[in-house]
Amino acid sequence: MTLRAVLIAGLLAASPAFAVQPDEVLADPALEQRARDLSRGLRCLVCRNENIDDSDASLARDLRLLLRERLSAGDSDAEAVAFIVDRYGEYVLLNPTATGSTLILWFAGPGMLATGAVVAALYLRRRRLEAAPDAPLSTAEARRLDEILKD
Amino acid sequence: MIIELGHFALILAFAVAIIQSTLPMIGAARNRAAFMAVAEPAATTQFLLIGFSFAALTYGFVTSDFSLAIVVDNSHTLKPMLYKIAGVWGNHEGSLLLWVLILSLFGACAAWFGGNLPPTLRARVLAVQGLIGVAFLAFTLFTSNPFLRLAIPPLNGNDLNPLLQDPGLAFHPPFLYLGYVGLSVSFSFAVAALIEGRVDAAWGRWVRPWTLAAWVFLTIGIAMGSWWAYYELGWGGFWFWDPVENASFMPWLIASALLHSAIVVEKREALKSWTILLAILAFGFSLIGTFIVRSGVLTSVHSFANDPERGVFILMILGVFMGGALMLFTLRAGKMEAKGVFSTLSRESALVANNLLLAVSCFVVFIGTIWPLVAELFFDRKLSVGEPFFNAAFTPFMVALAILLPIGSQLPWKRITGTRLLVPLRTGLILAVACTALVFAMQTGRSALGPVGAGLGVWVVFGALADLWSRTGRDSIAARLARLGRLPRAEWGKATAHAGFGVTLFAVAAMNAWLTEDIRVIDVGDSFALGRYDVQLVDVKGVQGPNYTATVAEMRVTRAGAEIATLYPEKRLYPVQAMPTTEAAIDQSFLRDLYLVIGDPQKDGGWAVRSYIKPFANWIWGGALMMALGGLLSLSDRRYRAAAGARRSPAQGLPAE
Repeated sequence: MTLRAVLIAGLLAASPAFAVQPDEVLADPALEQRARDLSRGLRCLVCRNENIDDSDASLARDLRLLLRERLSAGDSDAEAVAFIVDRYGEYVLLNPTATGSTLILWFAGPGMLATGAVVAALYLRRRRLEAAPDAPLSTAEARRLDEILKD
Repeated sequence: MIIELGHFALILAFAVAIIQSTLPMIGAARNRAAFMAVAEPAATTQFLLIGFSFAALTYGFVTSDFSLAIVVDNSHTLKPMLYKIAGVWGNHEGSLLLWVLILSLFGACAAWFGGNLPPTLRARVLAVQGLIGVAFLAFTLFTSNPFLRLAIPPLNGNDLNPLLQDPGLAFHPPFLYLGYVGLSVSFSFAVAALIEGRVDAAWGRWVRPWTLAAWVFLTIGIAMGSWWAYYELGWGGFWFWDPVENASFMPWLIASALLHSAIVVEKREALKSWTILLAILAFGFSLIGTFIVRSGVLTSVHSFANDPERGVFILMILGVFMGGALMLFTLRAGKMEAKGVFSTLSRESALVANNLLLAVSCFVVFIGTIWPLVAELFFDRKLSVGEPFFNAAFTPFMVALAILLPIGSQLPWKRITGTRLLVPLRTGLILAVACTALVFAMQTGRSALGPVGAGLGVWVVFGALADLWSRTGRDSIAARLARLGRLPRAEWGKATAHAGFGVTLFAVAAMNAWLTEDIRVIDVGDSFALGRYDVQLVDVKGVQGPNYTATVAEMRVTRAGAEIATLYPEKRLYPVQAMPTTEAAIDQSFLRDLYLVIGDPQKDGGWAVRSYIKPFANWIWGGALMMALGGLLSLSDRRYRAAAGARRSPAQGLPAE
């Protein structure tokens, strides 16, 4: 961390500042954009459910500066995030990596959708089969009936 | 003295609720008219007593009675009157009193408007409603009593959390609770029907208006909360996938599903047991929401003071009501045989798909919300689940829903021959694709979010209009226009709400895709370019508010030399709670919001300034309001008025305040 950053962080520690400060912004817009995108996925540890990009806490600011420092040093996105996860734990990731037990979380939705779709399909099939004996109508009759029903 | 009377009225209401939950239930089982007749006066009395109790607490806040513990903790003599009143529900105890007040209001409404229900069903509905009242009144009286006095009252209070001192937030909780608690009526109807062992089209017709009313309130409440977050938190976010937001969103999703499946019960007598299950789950998620907000097991921005004892109590309520209702459901649901038959391509099937998508999306939100807890308890992993997860896991369901909606809403009941399916929608499809392509061509090098959002929005909105138009028959245009005005209000409601969904969907995508942001340090007198606008920091000065001090900037926005607006973003400090808040200044217009925020002074002069152009910002809440309006239109449809009809009591006064 640069001396300037430390000084400012010290100055601001007393009063909560707001989110990304002008002095944090990197000169290279592409690098800055990467930093912004990454910080939206990192959690401010002392806040309640806020990412470091939005957070006012001084710790979030430290993390933002750390992230930018890593990116400026030439880290890839994955390396920079891994650097922070190594130090602060998996808890900082707002988007938990899909490994181990977290796979359950990721597959819960699609799994439930598949199960629901099968149940719904069986239900619809039963509804249709029950309909069958009642409807030995020709196509023309069916169309006529639909028109009557529609009116 | 008034406070003690209020306290006493609350205890009395508890006793009345016990009677309301037992006698009518026994009466309905033994077919004793006298016992069943207790339900209606009991529901009315319970409401009046809690209303008085709530009025007494409000009186305590308005007169700044600092012998009351919660007034000391949440009020201050300097606080403006609006927030003294809003302070009543700006804390755990008071908000719980509001909760039970609304619960009893819905109970009383069910009694007043339920004149046409079969007597046993009515008695049972009111008894279940009374039982919920017993549980929550016990919770209030035994763990969260708002009427506790202090032996030595202090001279002044600790003030309300400054973030809550805002007109938007003053009315956000009442609406949210009207929605949450309104779902208790659907629950009571479901449980009563399970006890009766009978669900028919009439049941669907009775339960739908209550669900619709609750859903309308919930929609408005959620929209208000999100609007508040947008202008108050200082950077214009409007949805954070915070546990507490999710807590209100899950019942909304399930209630949306319930609204649709109740139509199938009403019109086609199918999907009965599924509808009952949804009615139980909708209220279940309301209770889970209450648990999340008040127990503090999940960290969130807006949870109340956390207290494990309260958490356990709510968990018990949740267990008893959900456990009991689901048990009853497994015992009785088998009896609910569907009558209606329909083919795979029919509106029934479309509504099944709607329900599937809404229910599963709710499940995704639910599992994402509780996953940190599950991971810590069972896998010993301390992790977070936040916005990026929900955006990735939840959005596909809404996209699928939006794709299916225009098709499904036009399908006729029972069956369709395939070829006719897309004909009325062909224009819409072409429009949507053209719009996607146009937007894609106009924006270069940005994400696909914008074009896809625009395409889906056009598709859904056009689909809603085409649906409405197709109901007018096949005559000349003039005749069809004339018929448009005479369509049932439910048709208008359906089209409005569906179009609102499309508008919100588009706006959310647009706001995320085309945001312009600028963060910089600027000296007083200097200006900078923001998109097509120029922004000048004219002046910064200190201002003294009623209970805060503020730094107010004057910023002039021009476009090509012509003045657009002068905005005054503020930074406030509330000394009693030593808490700063940002008050963004927003210039709203139809297509965009200009959103300016003043930050801290810099050590080498100048001020930090954040500014945004938020495209289509108003459309997000506009779409939500359209959904709510659609709900209201549907609610005012003749078939419900006729159903509620005959014995309407005029006595629906609110508690005197």
